[in-house]
Amino acid sequence: MKPFVKHNGLVVPLDRANVDTDAIIPKQFLKSIKRTGFGPNAFDEWRYLDRGEPGMDNSKRPLNPEFVLNQPRYQGASVLLARENFGCGSSREHAPWALEDYGFRAIIAPSYADIFYNNCFKNGLLPIVLPAETVDRLFKQAFAAEGYALTVDLAAQTVTTPSGETFGFEVDAERKHRLLNGLDDIGITLQHVDAIKAYEARRKNETPWLFAS
Amino acid sequence: MSARTLYDKLWDAHVVHVEPDGTALLYIDRHLVHEVTSPQAFEGLKLGGRKPWRIASVLATPDHNVPTTDRDKGIADPISRTQVETLDANCHEFGLTEFAMNDARQGIVHVIGPEQGFTQPGMTLVCGDSHTSTHGAFAALAFGIGTSEVEHVLATQCLWQKKSKAMLVKVEGTLGQGVTGKDIVLAVIGRIGTAGGTGYAIEFGGSAIRSLSMEGRMSICNMAIEAGARAGMVAADDKTIDYMRGRPYAPQGAQWEQAVAYWQTLVSDAGAKFDAVVELKAEEIKPQVTWGTSPEMVVPVDGQVPDPAEAPNAVKRGDWERALQYMGLKAHTPIAEIPVDKVFIGSCTNSRIEDLREAAAVAKGRKVAANVKLAMVVPGSGLVKAQAEAEGLDRVFTAAGFEWRDPGCSMCLAMNADRLEPGERCASTSNRNFEGRQGQGGRTHLVSPAMAAAAAVFGHFVDVRNLS
Ligand code: SF4
Repeated sequence: MKPFVKHNGLVVPLDRANVDTDAIIPKQFLKSIKRTGFGPNAFDEWRYLDRGEPGMDNSKRPLNPEFVLNQPRYQGASVLLARENFGCGSSREHAPWALEDYGFRAIIAPSYADIFYNNCFKNGLLPIVLPAETVDRLFKQAFAAEGYALTVDLAAQTVTTPSGETFGFEVDAERKHRLLNGLDDIGITLQHVDAIKAYEARRKNETPWLFAS
Repeated sequence: MSARTLYDKLWDAHVVHVEPDGTALLYIDRHLVHEVTSPQAFEGLKLGGRKPWRIASVLATPDHNVPTTDRDKGIADPISRTQVETLDANCHEFGLTEFAMNDARQGIVHVIGPEQGFTQPGMTLVCGDSHTSTHGAFAALAFGIGTSEVEHVLATQCLWQKKSKAMLVKVEGTLGQGVTGKDIVLAVIGRIGTAGGTGYAIEFGGSAIRSLSMEGRMSICNMAIEAGARAGMVAADDKTIDYMRGRPYAPQGAQWEQAVAYWQTLVSDAGAKFDAVVELKAEEIKPQVTWGTSPEMVVPVDGQVPDPAEAPNAVKRGDWERALQYMGLKAHTPIAEIPVDKVFIGSCTNSRIEDLREAAAVAKGRKVAANVKLAMVVPGSGLVKAQAEAEGLDRVFTAAGFEWRDPGCSMCLAMNADRLEPGERCASTSNRNFEGRQGQGGRTHLVSPAMAAAAAVFGHFVDVRNLS
């Protein structure tokens, strides 16, 4: 996994609450058996005017000029500013894959759906929770100033605005450690093989029907 | 030991190891696998040169992409076909049990797990699908995971988890005639919102929950995720144990007795502390209909489409306005005056035998209304289908003008050929009314099976409590 330490990037404000993973990556793209290439179809139904299907040449499709991601001033954005309950709905990891493939490195929102939040960390994408009032302030600043960029520092657990205002955020120590170092979960877990085997031996004894096959 | 919640008991029984910050390595007893969220996990497993840790813990089936007609002709869409064939090949390569597309036991993962007795009380159960919360109806800890975690569970039989807070949703009293588990859970989401349960595991309790069948409890736990909670659960009781009896994967002989004794302990202790409690009165719950593009946008069938001017805050006002525009609805329209174009009875929320019986009771002796272009019934599994046919329900539906299909997810998310066209309005027994969920531009209203059948035969929403 790609480590995340510190990142400065252009911010795109997506001013909607309850953005679900169906919207982040519509289901027709879930038929892929690959892990990459979802970026051009991130927010497909909002981003394009026609109906997207797998295998289309996305560069030839008509863009929806109203959609914020398509506006010239937000091209190259890598920090997504969002509203409450971002990433709700389906557990599809294709959603963080699509956001990461599009070029996002961090998301800032007042809250996330649990599964989406968790999936982000597995893919080097940092979901930051800030209080709703703070997020609202960042929205206003992002709308007001073209080229508005934020600096996200995972080690220090801070978000810093262009004017130097700094906001702290919370993150689990274990998640932070793994993301800072780009550690792979399976590798870490397999260091506990003995504990897993001991657990299984005990449970086979206490609850043998769980292990009947 | 101090009084513990059901969630505490399930959690404690599965902890293998704990990190200093409280992140726990949790042992996973059962893993359901389907074709959409597994290919990249199997690929990762192969790239890492790893094998599944415990083959008997896995049950796989294709459900999202499978056609609901003419199965013997195979899958027409080549991309869908590749995904299903990839699942077949992966299961074959790793020696995993799969109910393949033409197996009589194939169906939606969340229907076949309980049906087979593969889902059992006291277990941890995961699947790369958010509606895995369904299985919590069996006093199990069941939740959806992403594809990286699918790979992780395959490789290690464990997951890294932070313990959630515990919420009790208590529904006391007697449900009115025609009011179902689906209406309860929609009413709960209407109350607490789609993020109300974020960070919580919800236990559903109270006399109204205990009075429900296992099917009704599954419909409720299924939609716990729509309230933002990763897991929903119901304490074990005699109904839970009766349901398990004789199922193919249920414990046998002496192990059955031992299991039952354990299952009977799977309740929250008297005096156990919850971090939040939400109480509803069963008598006050009416049949529910969603009007917008989020399950929290819901009102009783005798209500009206709300007015964004009355929204609690500016963000919600914007959401409501956008939802009304997408749904093609005007504020203050009575729900009963909204006509429907299509009706879908199915999905892991409402495609079990009891759901089909409730819908058939409404369809019986009636005809699908002229303005309804398509009314379809999609059983949750091959075995549900066979049972319904043995009871004659298929003939009730077809005589009324419904289509009777083969099992799968179907128009719940329209990954196969079953979908809404832009602008079409659907009464659906599924669990999500998001924009484009049932087809781009499609408009979804979530309801119970009886309410969906009634919308089909009247051509608009009607209050099933008024039907004879
Ligand atoms: S029926 Fe719908 S919600 Fe359930 S597993 Fe299938 S697609 Fe998901």
